[in-house]
Formats: sequence, C-alpha cells, structure tokens
Amino acid sequence: MSKRFRPDVDVAPWKGGHSPYDIIKEGTIALVVVGLLTLILAVVFGSPDELAITIKTWSNATPLDFAATALSELNLTSGTAQYGAPYNNASTGQQLGPLQLAKWVGARIPINTVNDFVIDPLKSLPAQPDLSTGLKQWSSASSATRSHWVSSYTKASAKMTFVNGQVTVTASDVGPLPVLINNLTEMARSGALDQALVTQAGFYTTDFTLPLLFLADGSYLASLADHQHLTGDQWGMMNETGNYPGQAWLWLYTFWYQIPPFNASGNGDVLVWGLMMALSVVLLLVPFIPGLRSIPRKTRIYRVIWREHYQSVAKE
Amino acid sequence: MTYTEIERQWTTRLRRRFVRLLPPEKLLPDTQPTYVSSWIYVFGVTTLAALAVVIASGCLLALRGPQWWHTSSVGHFVNSLHLWSVEIFFFAMVVHLWGKYFMAAWRGGRALTWMTGVVTFLTSIAAAFTGYVSQSNFDSQWISTQAKDGINATGAGAYFNVLNLGQMLMWHIVLLPLAAIVLTGLHVILVRVKGVVPPFEEPVKVSQ
Repeated sequence: MSKRFRPDVDVAPWKGGHSPYDIIKEGTIALVVVGLLTLILAVVFGSPDELAITIKTWSNATPLDFAATALSELNLTSGTAQYGAPYNNASTGQQLGPLQLAKWVGARIPINTVNDFVIDPLKSLPAQPDLSTGLKQWSSASSATRSHWVSSYTKASAKMTFVNGQVTVTASDVGPLPVLINNLTEMARSGALDQALVTQAGFYTTDFTLPLLFLADGSYLASLADHQHLTGDQWGMMNETGNYPGQAWLWLYTFWYQIPPFNASGNGDVLVWGLMMALSVVLLLVPFIPGLRSIPRKTRIYRVIWREHYQSVAKE
Repeated sequence: MTYTEIERQWTTRLRRRFVRLLPPEKLLPDTQPTYVSSWIYVFGVTTLAALAVVIASGCLLALRGPQWWHTSSVGHFVNSLHLWSVEIFFFAMVVHLWGKYFMAAWRGGRALTWMTGVVTFLTSIAAAFTGYVSQSNFDSQWISTQAKDGINATGAGAYFNVLNLGQMLMWHIVLLPLAAIVLTGLHVILVRVKGVVPPFEEPVKVSQ
C-alpha cells in the first residue's frame, strides 16, 4: 500500500553522493571566527552603561515633580495606585476579550501606595517634633478626615512651589499634609528614601519593585527615556541608550505598539501579548499548517539556498 | 552477575538504545550528502559558536558579581564581549531560522527538530530580556518599568516580577541558560539523528 507523496512533508531517500565533512574542524573554525568577531566588536564599540537614576537625583533635579508624585501616591491618582493586579485591586486591569487574566491572578505583590511610598518611609526617619506630630495626627485621623485633607491639599497643589528647599502649598484644612510632603521631599533629596524603599523587607534585599514603581509614577524617568529615544512610540524597550542595536529581535513585538488598534487601546499590552503568543504557536506548528508549510516550495527560494545542488542536477 | 542480568540492566538498555538511535558515525560524521553545500549552513554552527562565547563571557562576568562591570574597565570590557556575542548569536539564529523555513527543514520526520529550534529561539529571547533588565543601570530601569505592563497584563507578572532584580538575575544566569543549553543539545541531537534535510524533489510515491 502506498500513500501520496506530500512534498511539504515527505522527502525521498537521498540517492546521491557524499562529500568529506569535518564537523570538529568546522566547529573549531566557527568558534575562533565568532570569538574574534566578538572581540573586535567589543573593542570598537564597547557597551552602554548609563548610570541608574535614583530618587535622590530625581528629587534634586525636579523637586516639584517628586512632590507632585508623592501627593499622587497619597490621593491614589498615581499609576501604581490605580494599577490593579498584581499590585492592588484598584482597577480590573487589561482584558483580552472576556478574559481578565491579571484580575483573576489577583494582587499577589500587594502595594499600598500611601503607606509603602509615604507613611512608612517617613516613620523610619529619626524623630523630629513636627514630623512626629504630623505622623501621629495622620495615624489617629479617620479615613474620612484623611481623604478630606488630601482632597484639600490636592486642590491647592496646582500652585505648589519649591523655595529654599521647602515645598510650599497655600491651603487650609489640610492637616499634616504639608509636613508629610515636605519631609518626604527632604528625605528623597538626601538619598534616605532610596534606602528606605529597598530595606522595607529587611537588611538583605534584591527586590527593587517599590523604588522602580515610584520612579515610574513620576515624569522624570520618562523624560530622560524620551531624550534617549526609548519611549514606546520610539520603538520602546527594544532600544537601549546610545547607538547600540539593543534587543533588535523584539522588533515585531514593538512594532504592534506603533499601529492601531494596539497603540490606541486601553488593552494594548494584553492584545499585543495575545497576538505574539498566537504567532509563536503558529511558528512552532508551521510543519503542520497547510498553506504556511507550502510557502517554501512555492516561493522556490530554496533554489538559491541549494544552488550548487540544482546546478549539478541540471548538468546531469 | 550473569549475562542475562547484565542484559536487563537499565544502563545496558539505555546505552544500547542511544547507540542504536545515534551511532558514532551519525553523532560525529565524516561525510555529508553533497547537497550540504551552501552558505546557509554556516549560520547553524555560528549560532552554536556564539552561544559558547555568550556562556563563556557570562561566566567571566559572574566571577566578580553583578556590580563588577560598573566599576571596572576590565569588567566593562567583559560586558561588551557578552553584549556583542549575544547580538551575533541572535543574528545567526534568525538567519538560521529563516533559512530552515525556506528549506522546509521539517520534512522527512523532522518536525520535532523544527519545534525544538523554535522553542530554543523563544527561550533565548527570554534569556536575553532578563539580561537586559538585570543590568542595574538606566537601561534596566527603563526596560523593566516598561515591560512590566505587558507581562502584568497577562497575569504572569504576579509570579515573574521584572522589577525584582534578584529574581530576574537568577532567571538570567541559571534557569533560562540551562533551558537554552538543554534545548540546543536536544536540537543538535535531533539534527544528527535525522540528518540534514534533502532539497525538494519532484513528487514520487513512497511506500507506507
């Protein structure tokens, strides 16, 4: 019994000749050539290493942006405060059709922006009369009172100024908010907030979730990235600082962020990920997908690849 | 121990099965079919060679710890070697992948070879990504804070936290390289077992 030969699946047994082939020699030559090429590229081009920014550098460069971000952590308008899973339950997060993947997994890296970014770091400072009083006033106030203070301060914050190292907002009925914001800004400008945010889990830590989220909530990090042509509409994270190729292999992933509907949708991230997952599965299953597996035979690009073989067949 | 007992040993059975599947002349061939003569074959072995340089330069970086390359010119140079070997690795692998696609290299029972290659490619992307977010510099700050949104949106961010330097570094230097090396080994073994795919021929009948 025989079955029809499927040219995109089957091969006929090779009846042609064989040539000498030294696999060890080929591998050794490849290793030497790649090693030398790597060496030359490393010597000529080096590699980028732009210093990491700190909350200290941010708050000294743009203290008002820092203070406004700190306020957004208190009034729950920051990106982290409104993020949803995995940090909190403030929003349902992105949806892939009916699938609320992030929400289903839940807030497994819980972050309370009020306490984690503002109150707890301030508590770690050495006792100062006005700060101690302000923290006591905050902790003993009801939730409604705190909300009222934050709301009043937020309304007046459009006229926030930074003079002589002090954040000033002219407002009334704001409780200890001026003291808290001012002390947090001073703490940030001294570098103490950088330490406080990474040591909340103990002495030894390698988790930078809190300081990175705080940095990302402000506009300083994004402005520096924009200057380095790293933002999403500049083909985003596939680039790196300087004139280096970066993660060029992420071009397709980044490409989707440049076009509708992905660049206009509130669910853009999960849509791009869903699409890339689907495309990855398609790539994996190419051998089994009719049509897609026929493209190589129909385009005949293989004749360029095996040019010598087809030339010798033609001669015969 | 009797002859029968030796025959029944797991070790004996495994060795015989492996040798039957991949005899020495297949594992280390000294000849190849004449059609194995094209520039495209260079990119498979180049990918393997680049992987070796990536691993060697990564091991050198590991010797003095993750902060070394920020403070030492020698460390920075080793980092440059690591970066450029990664770039060569991906360039060669992508050309290899496209070449194998247009050769329809899955033909003749080689679908698993294709699939292990694709999974290795995807694993390598993850390995490189965790490297970029483990650099502990401005690039890693920006890339991780941007990438978190995509990964969090899938729900995976709850377990794979790109803002956790320690977790990312462990994935970058242990888990993903291990996966990439094992997958590459499996891919190469499958290539040796099945041989290099022959060129397209005119349709003929094959017996079942």
